[in-house]
Amino acid sequence: MDWYPLWNSLRIAAISSVVVFFSGIFCAYYAARLPRVIKGVLDVVLTLPMVLPPTVCGYFLLLIFGAKRPLGAFLAQFGIKFVMTWYGGILASVVVAFPLMYRTARGAFESFDMNLAYSGQTLGLSNTWIFWRVRMPACRQGILAGAVLAFARALGEYGATSMLIGYTPGKTATISTTVYQLWRTNDEAGAFCWVLVNLGISAVVLLAVNLLEDRQKKAVKR
Amino acid sequence: MSLQVQIHKKLGAFTLDVAFEARTDGPEILGLLGASGCGKSYTLKCIAGIETPDSGRIVLDGVTLFDSEQHIDLPPQKRQVGYLFQSYALFPNMTVRQNILCGLHREKDKAVREQELRRVLDMLQLEGLENRRPHQLSGGQAQRVALGRILVNKPRLLMLDEPFSALDSHLRDKLQLQLRQVLAEFGHTVLLVTHSRDEAYHLCRRIAVLEEGSLLTLKETKQLFADPGSVCAASLTGCKNIAAARKVGEYEVEVPAWGLRLQTAQPVGENIQAVGIRAHYFNPRTAQNRAPVEYLREMEEPFEWIVEFRWRDQAPDAAPLWWRVPKDRRPAQFPKEFGIAPVNVLLLYR
Repeated sequence: MDWYPLWNSLRIAAISSVVVFFSGIFCAYYAARLPRVIKGVLDVVLTLPMVLPPTVCGYFLLLIFGAKRPLGAFLAQFGIKFVMTWYGGILASVVVAFPLMYRTARGAFESFDMNLAYSGQTLGLSNTWIFWRVRMPACRQGILAGAVLAFARALGEYGATSMLIGYTPGKTATISTTVYQLWRTNDEAGAFCWVLVNLGISAVVLLAVNLLEDRQKKAVKR
Repeated sequence: MSLQVQIHKKLGAFTLDVAFEARTDGPEILGLLGASGCGKSYTLKCIAGIETPDSGRIVLDGVTLFDSEQHIDLPPQKRQVGYLFQSYALFPNMTVRQNILCGLHREKDKAVREQELRRVLDMLQLEGLENRRPHQLSGGQAQRVALGRILVNKPRLLMLDEPFSALDSHLRDKLQLQLRQVLAEFGHTVLLVTHSRDEAYHLCRRIAVLEEGSLLTLKETKQLFADPGSVCAASLTGCKNIAAARKVGEYEVEVPAWGLRLQTAQPVGENIQAVGIRAHYFNPRTAQNRAPVEYLREMEEPFEWIVEFRWRDQAPDAAPLWWRVPKDRRPAQFPKEFGIAPVNVLLLYR
């Protein structure tokens, strides 16, 4: 059996999770301070990929990054091509998984007790220090939940990925596109095998989350 | 050395307009007394730099913290102003030790840091709690940790925002005594925001009264309680019986709601609005300002009785009055008449 789809899926999910983790937190942190109207508009734009069908997201990505589109053509001059490449999968996953991180992190930030930040400021602690040492630990539950959701979503991404990078064995194949391709070509045993792999990964992720939560509960005995 | 505050801020329909001055070289405790939502906490936040006034000027020890005309607005980190939050705002993910060390972050020498930590733990009776987390502390302990974290930071001004509101009432008096001692050692000015007249009386040498965003009076504590001067200050200092009044003589007012004319000790001003009489100051044996009364009902407290009564000639729609009397001084029969010493008739002008 060719294990390339597993490796490809994992690297796409891992890299896009990291990208989404930081960009989601960054946007959530600044969105929480914006005036209401701007926040509302930004919220709609940033959350849209979660509500739209993934194929529609893929369509928009093709509109922007297609080889004949201005931006796609511009990037192609530097050898960057998001269509039909494995790293195009990162772009697709990032766009689709971002809202999950952004929304959960924003919810966590909004319920953060601002007096903690204020008291830090009056003690002369820098805003960066307060962010990493007070705000993030206080919000870690929500941020962790967002990161897990984003990773799971990135790993299972199908619609936008198949639109943008298609299915090329050994090149752009991911677990989810492989399952579909094998099923379509009547290789039921192969499809089932990849379904099992997918189930295994999901179980491991959920188990890890539960363990983390348990450890946290033990550390913070109430 | 002084603190000068002059703040103007519009918040929707509410306008905050506060100006006062306090010395900062002595261990003075200045109280800001006001009902909820009168802008007293907001004033502290403006001084700390957490909120920004629309216009005004805040100067502490000659350093301008905020000046709308000169476009000066120092960030909270550079103001050296200690702020004890109502909820204490201890960092929940850190131990007591780590929380206090946060206040010592400017000190680079590890030995000095350790020494300061020990000193403050000892001063605030926190030894043995170093490794606890905030949720494992009692309210009083959490307050002392928060105070310690601020004191090691060496602020030039300390501000306390309703420091006792989160504590059980039986702890309050004891902690107020402790706090008084700690604040005396602090040696700089303290601003204390409170809505409790007892807290203000226990701790403050001077009190500023705020009403709906503006400063009504700033007086020595004893003087404020003896002569509040305004309806708001009278009720904030606990005066239960207040009624509209008008001047009828140099030393006499008429109170239509009570059907009374009262002699006063101070000359009555032309613009008198109301009079106030504290619940303790009705006396059946006082000869002045006597009038017949009728008993309504009563409520027992551990050491006092609260008796509700009305004047016989009181207007039908006027609120009943309160009389507080210690149990050992309560007469067997409810008196037929009360008198009020003229010095106890508070003249209220706003």
